[in-house]
Amino acid sequence: MSDKINFTLDDKALEASSGETIWQCAERAGIEIPHLCYSKAPDYRADGNCRVCMVEIEGERVLAASCIRQPSEGMVINSANERATTARKMVMELLVADQPPRESSHDPNSELWHWAEQMSQTESRFPARQTPAADNSHTAMAVNLDACIHCTRCVRACREVQVNDVIGMAGRGANNKIIFDFDDAMGDSSCVACGECVQACPTGALMPAGGVGKIQADEQVASVCPYCGVGCQLTFNVKDNKILSVEGRDGPANSERLCVKGRFGFDYINHTHRLTKPLIRRDDAPPKTGDIDIDPANPLTHFREASWEEALDVAAAGLKKIRDGADGKALAGFGSAKGSNEEAYLFQKLVRAGFGSNNVDHCTRLCHASSVAALLETIGSGAVTASFNEARNSDVIIVIGAHPTSNHPVAATFLKNAVKRGAQLVIIDPRGSSLSRHASHSLQFTPGRDVALLNAMMHVIVSEDLYDKEYVLNHTEGFEQLRDHLKNFTPEEMAPICGIEPDKLREVARLYANADAAIIFWGMGVSQHIHGTDNARCLISLALMSGQTGRPGTGLHPLRGQNNVQGASDAGLIPMFYPNYQSVSDSAIQNDFEKLWNTQLDPERGLTVVEIMDAVHSGDIRGMYIMGENPAMSDPNTNHVREAFAKLEHLVVQEIFLTETAFFADVILPATAWPEKDGTVTNTNRQIQMGRKAVDAPDGVMPDWWIIQQLAQRIGLDWNYAHPSDVFAEMKQCMSSFDNISWARLESESAVTYPCDSETAPGNDVLFSDGFPTPSRRGKFVPADIIPPDEMPDAEYPMVLSTGRQLEHWHTGAMTRRSQILDNLEPEAVAHLAPNEMARLGIKPGDAIEVATRRGRIALKARADTGIPKGVVFVPFCYAEASANMLTNPALDPVGKIPEFKYCAAKVEKQQAQQQNKPL
Amino acid sequence: MEASELRGLGGAGFPTGRKWRFVRAESGPRLLAVNGDEGEPGTFKDRYYMERDPHRFLEGMLIAAHAVEAEECFIYLRDEYPGLHHVLADEISKLAAAGLSEGTKITLRRGAGAYICGEESAMLESLEGKRGEPRHKPPFPSQVGLFGRPTLINNVETLYWVRDIIERGAEWFAGEGRNGGKGLRSYSVSGRVCEPGVKLAPAGITVKELIQEYCGGMAEGHEFKAYLPGGASGGILPASKGDIPLDFGTLEKEGCFIGSAAVIILSDQDNMRDAALNLMRFFEYESCGQCTPCRAGTEKAVKLMSAPNWDHSLLQDLSKTMMDASICGLGQAAPNPLLTVLKHFPEDLT
Repeated sequence: MSDKINFTLDDKALEASSGETIWQCAERAGIEIPHLCYSKAPDYRADGNCRVCMVEIEGERVLAASCIRQPSEGMVINSANERATTARKMVMELLVADQPPRESSHDPNSELWHWAEQMSQTESRFPARQTPAADNSHTAMAVNLDACIHCTRCVRACREVQVNDVIGMAGRGANNKIIFDFDDAMGDSSCVACGECVQACPTGALMPAGGVGKIQADEQVASVCPYCGVGCQLTFNVKDNKILSVEGRDGPANSERLCVKGRFGFDYINHTHRLTKPLIRRDDAPPKTGDIDIDPANPLTHFREASWEEALDVAAAGLKKIRDGADGKALAGFGSAKGSNEEAYLFQKLVRAGFGSNNVDHCTRLCHASSVAALLETIGSGAVTASFNEARNSDVIIVIGAHPTSNHPVAATFLKNAVKRGAQLVIIDPRGSSLSRHASHSLQFTPGRDVALLNAMMHVIVSEDLYDKEYVLNHTEGFEQLRDHLKNFTPEEMAPICGIEPDKLREVARLYANADAAIIFWGMGVSQHIHGTDNARCLISLALMSGQTGRPGTGLHPLRGQNNVQGASDAGLIPMFYPNYQSVSDSAIQNDFEKLWNTQLDPERGLTVVEIMDAVHSGDIRGMYIMGENPAMSDPNTNHVREAFAKLEHLVVQEIFLTETAFFADVILPATAWPEKDGTVTNTNRQIQMGRKAVDAPDGVMPDWWIIQQLAQRIGLDWNYAHPSDVFAEMKQCMSSFDNISWARLESESAVTYPCDSETAPGNDVLFSDGFPTPSRRGKFVPADIIPPDEMPDAEYPMVLSTGRQLEHWHTGAMTRRSQILDNLEPEAVAHLAPNEMARLGIKPGDAIEVATRRGRIALKARADTGIPKGVVFVPFCYAEASANMLTNPALDPVGKIPEFKYCAAKVEKQQAQQQNKPL
Repeated sequence: MEASELRGLGGAGFPTGRKWRFVRAESGPRLLAVNGDEGEPGTFKDRYYMERDPHRFLEGMLIAAHAVEAEECFIYLRDEYPGLHHVLADEISKLAAAGLSEGTKITLRRGAGAYICGEESAMLESLEGKRGEPRHKPPFPSQVGLFGRPTLINNVETLYWVRDIIERGAEWFAGEGRNGGKGLRSYSVSGRVCEPGVKLAPAGITVKELIQEYCGGMAEGHEFKAYLPGGASGGILPASKGDIPLDFGTLEKEGCFIGSAAVIILSDQDNMRDAALNLMRFFEYESCGQCTPCRAGTEKAVKLMSAPNWDHSLLQDLSKTMMDASICGLGQAAPNPLLTVLKHFPEDLT
């Protein structure tokens, strides 16, 4: 039976699908009906309030809003007759009456003025209303309600799309207006500055700050965001080779949404600290020590400018000398999860083929190495089994050890959408977040006791016979061992350890196991422990025993951190794998790569990030090449790291700024920032996306792939790539995950999910509906025991230090602290403490405090945060002036080799004498 | 109920029996919402009946709930009737204690003083705890009503008559009426009459008959000049149109309607320009602000009508769009007083 509806519009016989509106049918038929409150953007509900889309339906007393009304069988509709057009013009005349004059308006090219012009109604006979005052209290956005037409697009943007619930309507009639919270100034409100409202506003009432609307962009460039692993597609609006503003584009991950960083955080590329000339360490520079400190605005105290030719020669010669003297094992390289897939591939190839070892790693070691290790071990694939967007099909969503509202803000919006649709959200985390208020269950357990909690949940599922017997029988192995292992982990036994009541553990276990479709998201709260791999094993076992993978709305999703950490890992930027997770110790694979790269390769697995630092201290590694990473800020116990860098005979750093790592360089090579280059990146959803150059790099700055190739040529490799697309073509030869995905396809489609079954099919969003890529095709249960954190609180260090990120700052802050808007929003180092803990310590919000561990001491300000449990201090690690990683414990997970960033013993003290923090 | 020809006495006049049938035909669970917001200026009949005989209304409500198998009844009561809140709360608990409301949960809710929340779908929004803004129709509340469920919405007085119709028979009610009208109407008469108040009179009575037979004639020293047949939104007619039967469907050709039967009598001492402006100010104040024609239209109309000379053609154009393009009855009917004054009282506009 056809569900088509036959109707007539302007004498044309048309068909509507179920759910289609008159407006949508008209657009399909080439009939353009004006619209203002209706947005065509994804997920915007029609509201039918502005009335500029009115049409006449024969037989009805009044006109109908075409944006919200659906045709019914036999309906006769007139969109262009006098009655309809008169009403629409009058509505526009009413709106125009209250607008600021177009020439001085906040956005002369707004949708409102577009339609006013189309309707020849740019003038009005009506007297104007009283003009509301401007609100310029926010650093990123300007609020000018004199242009507001009360269309509520911003309200829907804030409440229904991004679900931040800041904007609302207040008042009535002509006095109604949008407000922030309780009619606070925008800058004082709980606004998270995602800018969705700015993007939604059709009049210029909400705009990026600084009069952006009055400037016409020269060019719009479609690209992808360089910050987190969500991989939002965006449009750079470019004027005079500068990024004027940024808008969300309809990518598969983001559906036009962005967060504060992706929308307002791009001026870092024009920061005065930008490196534009190669630098060589001066002969008369003071000797390197662990506490070296250089003003990033003035590198010439320690460096001298050099030509590219000289800098590359010096950089390569230093590496070559160490390699030739010690068969390559004395060199190591850190690539970057911030670069493109092509750059990551070239970097690991340079180390493997050029340095002669597998000593190549990157910050994946610091974020999800343990998750990947567990996933590879159990289900044979290190990537997510389903995109985060699958939450739309989930009944139960578990978020454990993750703060997506800060760290994956756009992914969080889809989780909140799912909750609004009716899904239950379970948050398992010692630290509360703004997502907690959307949760049906919030389990704030004792830090570091994930295994106890998860084993207890699994105990319930097994002992109450809730597990999916058919799934376990057909798709898994090792269930009996796990079942026996779980016997001792009763909720009663585990409750005192994990701090969650037995009945709560039972309730959540039942909820997850009994759900039609349940999905698990996790972040670094799970992975960054010495038992990180065990934590992930438990989550995988939980999903396998409940049969919660391989179907829509189910799966395992470690939320990947960096924009290209998935892609960099896929490309082989890790010491144990060639591209696409092919083991370096498998001789057949080694042969293939030797053939492809036409060289001899080292069969021995290389060292990981923290192991490399130790090897520098022991003298085994004497030279390094670091591209776009900042281990002097990001790695645990950074004093130890910085001392290691000071010990290196030769350090080459490729960067956009003089980072804390670059302080220790012998040669600094100035490279392009993301908006200045072409390349592909792979997000947390396994979506490979095309990044396109939007602006020219500053004079003197070169693309990363070019720099890597120059060094390669200088250490004896015969490379001759002309463009990143050449590199991509080579990657396809050794990476089956790229099958059916070509550079040309990515250029035209902008994103393709891998794995992909054909050149025309979309990629596979949900994987493993029929077995896993393991030898047995089965998923393996790996039992986990309780291992306490490496460094427990004691009398001297009675608290627990946990580190992480903030919404406004990215990773070590190299980019975001040089973005004016982002740094205005979060300008100084803070430590988050529970209010009652602060009272106990005699600390008030804003007080200067010191946080100390056995490894170091930092001075910063106290912030009250009700999400922090008693006995815990949380410090973001983005602040160079109070580097949290001076304090963290480098103890490693034995499998994933990830450090325990999330737990060490610490003490917090009120600072006695005011200590001045150094400005950036 | 169908045979009695009882119609919705909140103002829309929809046949009550048919409405019950529609709701009953929808799949459950179903709800009942009683509109006790009585916000139309000049209307006070619901208060009159609830104060004097709350049981008759509650009984009608329970019968209606039984008829449509509603699981829960929500009474949305005007907050300007604080005494009635106590009366109803007491009587509802007595109903439960006596076992008379078994199987039907009764929830009494306070309105918050907004005229728009007397519009049935805005009332549903308000009952759901949201801003009182009317919904788009379709879908109608009988299909998608309170909390998304099929909902019977009846006015207090409509339910008040249910018991009498059952006890005395449908023919009794249908047999009442005059000048072609059928049934009884409770006219809330106010203004320049000798004896204002709620007048239970035959449907179809004319205003002149109403004044003479039920209100003791005009007030001392006042000469009948004009009348509002249906509160603020029903338009203004001159005394010369005083022989039109007052009922649903009889006044529409004059650009007016009876609505909730709030009849306001004006005299030679009243200026129609002032009356029209006063009413437009009322609509401007009470517009919810959701749609442009009503929000901006009432605001602009007040500005234009406050000017010494009215711009007739612009006011006419504006009125047409307000009537054609507003979401709900408020904006659609707001120009009625303006247009009828323009038409019938040019002498008051100079």
